[in-house]
Amino acid sequence: MTSAIDITQSVTPPRAVFVNFPLGHQTGPPDQPDLQRRIVTDAMRAFETITTPATIVELPYVWDANDRSWEDIDYTKGWMPARPSRDAADKLEAERQAKFRRT
Amino acid sequence: MPVAYIPRTRDLYDDFTPYRWVENESAPFTPLTKPIAKCRVALISSGGIMYRDQPRFHREDASYRRIPIDARRDDLSVWHFGYPTADAERDVNCVFPIERMRELAASGVVGELVDPAFSFMGGVYSARKIRDELAPQIVDELKRAHADAFFLVPA
Repeated sequence: MTSAIDITQSVTPPRAVFVNFPLGHQTGPPDQPDLQRRIVTDAMRAFETITTPATIVELPYVWDANDRSWEDIDYTKGWMPARPSRDAADKLEAERQAKFRRT
Repeated sequence: MPVAYIPRTRDLYDDFTPYRWVENESAPFTPLTKPIAKCRVALISSGGIMYRDQPRFHREDASYRRIPIDARRDDLSVWHFGYPTADAERDVNCVFPIERMRELAASGVVGELVDPAFSFMGGVYSARKIRDELAPQIVDELKRAHADAFFLVPA
């Protein structure tokens, strides 16, 4: 799939499917398995329907019909939440390691 | 109109020389020789997914992870500096639709899933590193697994 049509038009993979959703959600919003399943099913079908190299198929799903503000914010200054400090990140990683070694 | 990310990248990183995106003249293309319902399909995500205590990704990291195709949601973590990962951490299927692919294999939409699935962290500045280091390793994995097709999901 592609989450950035303009970049994909430059790179020209064999075939691509695009959904106009914010970055980090190309196969759907969280906790919406039905929509996720529709997107992934459409992507699988595109393996059969795309016959011209470098085709990008755009699926018709809409992120939020009432609020398109994400389109102005995505990948602009300040769009990302603050990153944890180095120490905080190291601590989180140590906790993740410990959790999986315990269970 | 879908968002144009090339100008957005230039603005977001305006302290740096504009990034030189890969420009290809043509696309390689291998037609499918059988229905996708009869294909072995591999799932790959560039969203930075790790299984259990697999090492965390870091910047300029061209490594990849093997994710058992039966992995439980609780066994999966996310690390990526280039997109807000809260939703993927809550439901990994946003960028790594492993549960959805299992359903599609069970219902016959795809033939079968390659085990393992794969993930890497796509926020790597060097396209050369991806082309010369990461991609050949993934290709080897796919060949060893006799994959017919792979489904690459970006973040």
